[in-house]
Amino acid sequence: MSEFLRDYLLVALFLMLAGALVFGMLGLGSLLRPSRPQPQKYITYESGVDPVGLGWSQSNIRYYVFALLFVMFDVEAVFIFPWATRLEAYGTFGLVEMAIFIFILALGLVYAWRKGVLRWI
Amino acid sequence: MTGATAVSGLLAAEVPYWASSIIKLGVVALVVPTAALILGYVFLMKMMSFMQSRLGPMEAGPYGTLQLLADGLKFLQKEDIFPDKADRTVFALAPLVVLISTFLIYVVIPAGPDAVVAQLDVGVFYALAVSSLSVVGILMAGWASANKYALMGGLRAAGQLIAYELPLVLAVMGVVIQAGTLDLQKIVSAQATGEIFGWGGIGNPFILTQFAGFFIFLVAVQAELTQPPFDMPVAESEIVGGYQVEYTGFRFLFFFMGEFGTAFAFGALASVLFLGGWALPWGDLGHWGFNIAGPVIMLVKVLAVSALIFWFRFTYPRLREDQLQRLAWKFLIPLSLVNIVVTGVFKVVL
Repeated sequence: MSEFLRDYLLVALFLMLAGALVFGMLGLGSLLRPSRPQPQKYITYESGVDPVGLGWSQSNIRYYVFALLFVMFDVEAVFIFPWATRLEAYGTFGLVEMAIFIFILALGLVYAWRKGVLRWI
Repeated sequence: MTGATAVSGLLAAEVPYWASSIIKLGVVALVVPTAALILGYVFLMKMMSFMQSRLGPMEAGPYGTLQLLADGLKFLQKEDIFPDKADRTVFALAPLVVLISTFLIYVVIPAGPDAVVAQLDVGVFYALAVSSLSVVGILMAGWASANKYALMGGLRAAGQLIAYELPLVLAVMGVVIQAGTLDLQKIVSAQATGEIFGWGGIGNPFILTQFAGFFIFLVAVQAELTQPPFDMPVAESEIVGGYQVEYTGFRFLFFFMGEFGTAFAFGALASVLFLGGWALPWGDLGHWGFNIAGPVIMLVKVLAVSALIFWFRFTYPRLREDQLQRLAWKFLIPLSLVNIVVTGVFKVVL
């Protein structure tokens, strides 16, 4: 197996380590903890009163707009990373290219700003 | 054969892949809970207490050092409760996802020339990518609890984490431009052998040339950890712990471990990216001694960065949702874009 794949196999092993820790501790806990089921214990918590309506209630639409903005900028970050590692080789050409790219994205942010999307009401 | 050569011989010995992997797994499985305990005790309990003119825990062990272990034992004995309305599978998996994200960050953090789990070429990118996995876990917890507070907390957390993900990533970009690599080990050596405008007396710890990046990084880390002043998602006084509200016992503790383990990992990431990591600017970087001195140097730097993070935590009052979104989108993101362009200009012109 190549060195490259070995490194990522370690990543997979660490993923399993977290799983082993979670199930191990919960398993250990199941030996120690009591289990006295009563229906009242499984009612949804709502500050001590009986819950009103469903737990999955409606929420603010703003989160959705911010998530859209996030996707735009996160993709931008993905493009900037490879550029950043090779800037020395690209020189002035790369700098101007990226300046234009960032300028266009900043325009997008300014547009959203002017439209009032960034205001949280 | 002197002691020094014996140790260097031992460190240089070829260890089979599986054996070294098991050692690495064992070390990290110890480091993450220990890191959470150290940060929890030193900063959350003692530093906060002293800043508020009280003693903090004093009963369990000398000066209350065993308090968190006692708490852990208590959590182990708590009944495991799944609310009736909850989505059971997702509810059970959510803490696992958060903890996976914490463990995966530790894979790339170097503590010495050879003291690293895996030296990935895309180290920085990988660390930031897996750290943002925790958003998924938190959103899962918030949704699956089928609780109004939990849903609100989960949504607030998601909104906050994605808003501050951007400044976090963009702030690191300045370091990547300066070092010209994503590999954390090469970033460390770039700082140790670097020069500031031709003067290399102390190398080039990027905090000196990327102070704006360091500032943005710290603020964003604070928000990623959902610590005060960015604790809208878990605000106890209004939504009673947010997405954690329905969790009991060890399932709850996993969120705590995830938060503090990630705090330590981000502290380590900040010290690797901005403070020079395990290296000192003097001496040979490949020397075996750095495998022993490196972790100590790292620990000092991580504790210094964590002290700063927790100092903010205990000092500032909570930001409102609109205030924290405004801070991210109208201040930190434009600032970090300017930082990238300025760093790029300096890199090309000088």
